[in-house]
Amino acid sequence: MSAVTLGLPSFPPRSPEGAGFLRGAEKFPAAAHHELANAQLRRNIGKATHTIRAKRIHVTEELPDWEELRDAGSAIKTDVMARLPELLEQFEAAVIARGGTVHWAADANEANAIVTELVKTTGSDEVIKVKSMATQEIGLNEHLETQGITAYETDLAELIVQLGHDKPSHILVPAIHRNRSEIREIFLREMPDVDPELGDNPAELAAAARKFLRHKFMTTPVAISGANFGIADTGTLTVVESEGNGRMCLTLPKTLITVMGIEKILPTYRDLEVFLQLLPRSSTGERMNPYTSMWTGVTPGDGPQEFHLVLLDNGRTAALADKIGREALNCIRCSACLNVCPVYERTGGHAYGSTYPGPIGAVLTPQLAGMHGKDDPNSTLPFASTLCGACFDACPVKIDIPSLLVELRHQKVEQSGVTAEALAMKAASYAMSSSTRWTAAQKAAGLGRIVAGKKGKISTLPPPLNGWTAARDIPAPPKQTFRSWWDSDEGRAALDQARRGAHPDSDGKAEK
Amino acid sequence: MNSRDLVLGRIRDAITLAPAVDAEIPRNYRTGRTLPDDERIDLFVDRLVDYKAYVHQCAATGIAETIADILAANALKIVGIPAGLDRTWVADFYDELVVDSSDVPAPELERLDAVITGSAVSCAETGTIFLDAGPDQGRRALTLVPDTHICVVFGESVEVGVPEAMAKLTPERPTTMISGPSATSDIELERVEGVHGPRNLHVVIVS
Repeated sequence: MSAVTLGLPSFPPRSPEGAGFLRGAEKFPAAAHHELANAQLRRNIGKATHTIRAKRIHVTEELPDWEELRDAGSAIKTDVMARLPELLEQFEAAVIARGGTVHWAADANEANAIVTELVKTTGSDEVIKVKSMATQEIGLNEHLETQGITAYETDLAELIVQLGHDKPSHILVPAIHRNRSEIREIFLREMPDVDPELGDNPAELAAAARKFLRHKFMTTPVAISGANFGIADTGTLTVVESEGNGRMCLTLPKTLITVMGIEKILPTYRDLEVFLQLLPRSSTGERMNPYTSMWTGVTPGDGPQEFHLVLLDNGRTAALADKIGREALNCIRCSACLNVCPVYERTGGHAYGSTYPGPIGAVLTPQLAGMHGKDDPNSTLPFASTLCGACFDACPVKIDIPSLLVELRHQKVEQSGVTAEALAMKAASYAMSSSTRWTAAQKAAGLGRIVAGKKGKISTLPPPLNGWTAARDIPAPPKQTFRSWWDSDEGRAALDQARRGAHPDSDGKAEK
Repeated sequence: MNSRDLVLGRIRDAITLAPAVDAEIPRNYRTGRTLPDDERIDLFVDRLVDYKAYVHQCAATGIAETIADILAANALKIVGIPAGLDRTWVADFYDELVVDSSDVPAPELERLDAVITGSAVSCAETGTIFLDAGPDQGRRALTLVPDTHICVVFGESVEVGVPEAMAKLTPERPTTMISGPSATSDIELERVEGVHGPRNLHVVIVS
């Protein structure tokens, strides 16, 4: 069955550069600067993340066994990563036994080529799509476009992004950076035959999308989807959704092509009982999402009569080869970590430059696509965090994102040798190790007040400290250090008063 | 080397480079739960209403009348049913009844005002109904394309939670889980019922 491996194991390759969307055009600090200047975006994202956060807490607190479910979910995924080859082979055999065809794609380019060939074989130049992170990661729509095939996104948010010639900004609700009036503008501009009197309330906008897509659902012969879970022992695939666009795509066309990352495997059908409790509650804050579809190969007389499954590596095996980083593969793409992240909340998803934004994106993206030297935008992602730990608390499968970020920072520092930051830390350590030097340093720091000026902030320091101020403003140093205040008359008087206040019975005794 | 062997080889290399520790899977979350009939049904009704489904309760002898009332109240005239549906359920209904078959092209289902089906199993805690393409439920397209779905759920088929309900399913059957009507929250996270799937879900709970 499987290949005989000869010789020493080699480190698997990352996702190839120039294919798909796992690398932004600029580094996170620069991208975040543009995004932070967009007040509308910050308002939209802030409102959304706060709403969804409250809903999630409400429905997770409702379950007395929430922690037990998280433990089970985490252990199942860890087990999957340890037994991935055998589980994938079992899964493949089950899908084939039920009339499906299985393809393997080593990277984004190969997956795009396989899907293109499959679509061309059907004779159609149009496909309808279910929202899928995997196909976004590999840039499938853009590739199909170059091959003369039009891909229609059918999830409302993905449609808004597609019609707006925009990029998704959130894993679950990709158009969350847009408000209703922006969406109305996009529909009026881009949607054919739309009523010019279209209002901007969400119900009217959803109705316009329904009208636009109905005909596509009924007539397009090919659909492309991702998968939330693939069940090894039965060959069952699962798509979790809300709108029914998923059901339409998975049921009505003649041919269904599913692109699934190799990490999405669950060993047994029973494991779904854990993940179908964890996922909806963590992602949308609902007890259950409106629709979940499960299918196994082909069912005669019901749904697509031709089913192709494309199993995608694209850097996943590289993540798996890192004993710490592999934990990021446990992610079930619920987006709970995005909604609690103070950094994501302010910058939005575009600043991360990847299909996977937010805390999980900051660890998953460099794992899949690598951090190739100091000029690589991905090398800044592990620093796009305050390490506050909210993401770890929110994660339904207990991925320790802060520790993974620290490990990636370590790897980045190891890669780049001596850096300005390392020099600065060395200098700080020298100053802090002697009280005389420390006092002198603090006096010198007082000069910073002049640099800070009236705004009380230092935005640019000279090299080598400019690396620090590139991403943050430094508050002006205080007028006086604590040590100089302690030695002053004012300090002594305050101390004296505090002593008397704290010990009224022993008033004056300290003076003797 | 083909891509299959290439990818499987990479995975084996990865696991050799970073050996995994055996994971014991703790399954001490709640399973095998039961609740008295009335509590279980009350919980189910509460969740269905929360999801904006219309809930109707009746005795086994009242199914036909309940369905006829729903159809009349909503002026639903052309009604589709799967071939295996109990015909006594639609005995009180005299407008156009269409018996579905897999030969009928899906776009033709658009002319149906409503569809009536049974269900395989339900989950009270989440307000979820499972359809598994059984004879009284038909193919998946039938419950998807028409705008109104009237779904009959027998009280004894309602389980407490997700593990209890899933244990009753046959994995290889095409399965659709339904929790309320189609909905989206994609615009400013404001929930809107009815996007692409059925906009109205009527659940007839038979005790």
